Amino acid sequence: MDNKIVLEMKGIEKQFAGVYALKDVQFSLREGEVHALLGENGAGKSTLIKVLGGIYRADSGQIRINGNEIKIDGVKDAQEKGISIIHQEIVLVPHISVAENIFLGREPVNKIGLKDCKKMNEEAKKMVVSLGLDIDVTREVFYLTIAQQQMVEIIKAVSFNSKIIIMDEPTSSLAEREVEHLFEIIRKLKKQGVSIVYISHKLNELVAITDRITVMRDGKYIDTKVTSETTVNELIGLMVGRELTEYYTRTKHSIGDIAFEVRNLNKKGTFKNVSFHIRKGEIIGFAGLVGAGRSEIMKAVFGVDKLGSGEIYLDGKLLHLKNVKDAIDHGIALIPEDRKKEGLILKNSVAFNITLTIQDKYKKGIIENKHVRNEIINKYINAFSIKTPAIEQLTHNLSGGNQQKVVLAKWLATDPKVLILDEPTRGVDVGAKAEIYSIIDDLAEKGMAVIVISSELPEIINMCDRIYVVAQGKISGELSRDEFLQERIMYYATGGE
Amino acid sequence: MQTKNQTTKKETNIAIKFFTENLGILGAFVIIGTIVSIMSPVFLTTDNVLSVGRQISTNAVIALGMAFVIILGGIDLSVGAVVAFSGTLCVGLINNGVPIPAAIVIGMLFGTAVGFVNGLVIAKTGMAPFIVTMSTMNVVRGAAYIYSKGLPIRCKEDAFAIIGTGYLGSIPLPVIYLAVFILMASIILSKTKFGTYIYALGGNREAAKFSGISTHKIEISVYTISGFLSGFAGVVLAARMYSGQPSVSSGAEMDAIASCVLGGVSMTGGTGKIGGVVIGTMIIGVISNGLNLLNINSFWQLIVKGIIVLIAVYVDIIKKRRLLKG
Repeated sequence: MDNKIVLEMKGIEKQFAGVYALKDVQFSLREGEVHALLGENGAGKSTLIKVLGGIYRADSGQIRINGNEIKIDGVKDAQEKGISIIHQEIVLVPHISVAENIFLGREPVNKIGLKDCKKMNEEAKKMVVSLGLDIDVTREVFYLTIAQQQMVEIIKAVSFNSKIIIMDEPTSSLAEREVEHLFEIIRKLKKQGVSIVYISHKLNELVAITDRITVMRDGKYIDTKVTSETTVNELIGLMVGRELTEYYTRTKHSIGDIAFEVRNLNKKGTFKNVSFHIRKGEIIGFAGLVGAGRSEIMKAVFGVDKLGSGEIYLDGKLLHLKNVKDAIDHGIALIPEDRKKEGLILKNSVAFNITLTIQDKYKKGIIENKHVRNEIINKYINAFSIKTPAIEQLTHNLSGGNQQKVVLAKWLATDPKVLILDEPTRGVDVGAKAEIYSIIDDLAEKGMAVIVISSELPEIINMCDRIYVVAQGKISGELSRDEFLQERIMYYATGGE
Repeated sequence: MQTKNQTTKKETNIAIKFFTENLGILGAFVIIGTIVSIMSPVFLTTDNVLSVGRQISTNAVIALGMAFVIILGGIDLSVGAVVAFSGTLCVGLINNGVPIPAAIVIGMLFGTAVGFVNGLVIAKTGMAPFIVTMSTMNVVRGAAYIYSKGLPIRCKEDAFAIIGTGYLGSIPLPVIYLAVFILMASIILSKTKFGTYIYALGGNREAAKFSGISTHKIEISVYTISGFLSGFAGVVLAARMYSGQPSVSSGAEMDAIASCVLGGVSMTGGTGKIGGVVIGTMIIGVISNGLNLLNINSFWQLIVKGIIVLIAVYVDIIKKRRLLKG
């Protein structure tokens, strides 16, 4: 793998308001190479690719393409120089066709100056076929699956004759099978001589698809490793700057009486005959495929969604929960799956978000006990080491891991007896993940009943005392700790009885 | 990067905080005020200042309600129509022999009821606030014309006019009402749970729902407040004009929205403060008054207002970009 170097970045620096986001960063890319950028949130990966893609301009440093030093002046200029970014969030126009999306802004025109749809569709079709895909180019993008939409993004990038394609967390919303499909396309692109900068937190993906991995930390270049000559542990070590001895924290502690139990929950079309229980100090996992109904069950228990029928017991007493507020007052907390949409109010501060659920604790009418308020806020900021310059900082400006800790704080402030966590570490970097695991363990040790929904099997297997597997809205299996095996969980998750 | 000292530092003087938060718009207000006072010596006389105060009081009261609605993430286009009908209704009732206090209460209740219906429909059906309040705007305006047969209703009772034209000491009563409402509105928004929930709902509805906030209740309450304030403004305005006029305050919703936007309330919801909204209303009031004093055709006011709103929104966008870096 000693192809010629198509891109070389050296000594790249970028400051925001006097703070270095990038300091003396280097990066090189060979022809037909898949080169990963790895680092915790805030390590500077996004800033670096934004410099490369023309969204930011570097304060200093050199960028060479095919040996010639160049300046990148805006996104359009980057595209003309053969660099395209595929962003994590899909940025297609939903209600126009695939072909129109691909040619957006540079539509072919016919003799009288109208859009030449026929030519556009033909060209688009050619590109779709050349990547071995099966997408109807005349269809509105709105009706495609997320995976297909992402393919359209890739086709669009290819159609610019891009020699360098940057993929920012391309698999974050893809199912396993779709990931494999994406990899096939990446391999095809490699063969065509396209080089790919690949950003992902999922280390197993990097091992599977990349040729080299460059690790960044705190805005600095750390090291570049050849993928076949490194290990996951070495990479994690480079990312966090220390060896992670205990990634998962699980201490032994006693498990008490049944704290929470649901019997025969039903909701038409969503879940059926769901019963489970959890003891004080226990951590139980809910495993299953995406869409199996795990989040829906918990949302109904918590009162966000309507519950069809069923009984909910807390400490042996039957509850009649009217709404979310009622559930919170009884000591149930649900940390939702999507922290940006359901967990946080990004326009508001850390303090605002942490205290949103506990207004009753320090406000009576117009009298506000600021002392109590600040005490609660500072308690969690210190306990979880939430990195924020001020408690009035907007949560929008925090990293993913710190945002997730704010969501945790917001819910723990309600003093729950039963804590339900839906994908507690999604989109969170390794360092923060380890911290969140340690917090969860700590809570269980103090007697809290903790329910974890997760799609990451290692997480569930290492953290939980017991696992329920959900498939198609039903609990298809229950496993105790000595029965934990990835294969068994997958067997139940895919509908085995 | 710890945060211990931040909390104590935050407790600084409210006046300073208000000043720094509204620096841009206060600056604009001072500049506009200075220009007008140089060009027209009458501008800064006590008489004129008080009369400006009385003129803007109607708009300011409506703008307070609008601020609640916009922070919630909605919009209320029915406010101008409510002003017209509640005033017309009140005067009509008085002329038909209903005791003045009862007529005043009924006028205000009518506005409150329209607000409640707006909130109820929006919360329960999920229809867009723009559409719902546009419909009530037309319905209420139409009803005002039908009720008054299309003509202004003159008030025969001088006692009624006092609530709009009277003074407390040397200060016009409408200015006093306004001061009370400003105080109440800013306390509600900044100090109460209800206020916090309004910001939460406007900032992220889903997250508010997950946080156990009863979104429907908050939404209905906020539109009801807006309706009440418009009803109040309508009754006071009718008293000031000695008549109920079905055509009055058409376009008042746009002035109220403009005041909010000038005052830094984001049209996407979730941010904004009462202090800014008040200054926003004052700017619009001073411009109108200044142009009047300078004998400039009132059509120019529209043009000036239009341009100013455009600039204000642009400033808001720049501010937001700086706040939400990256």
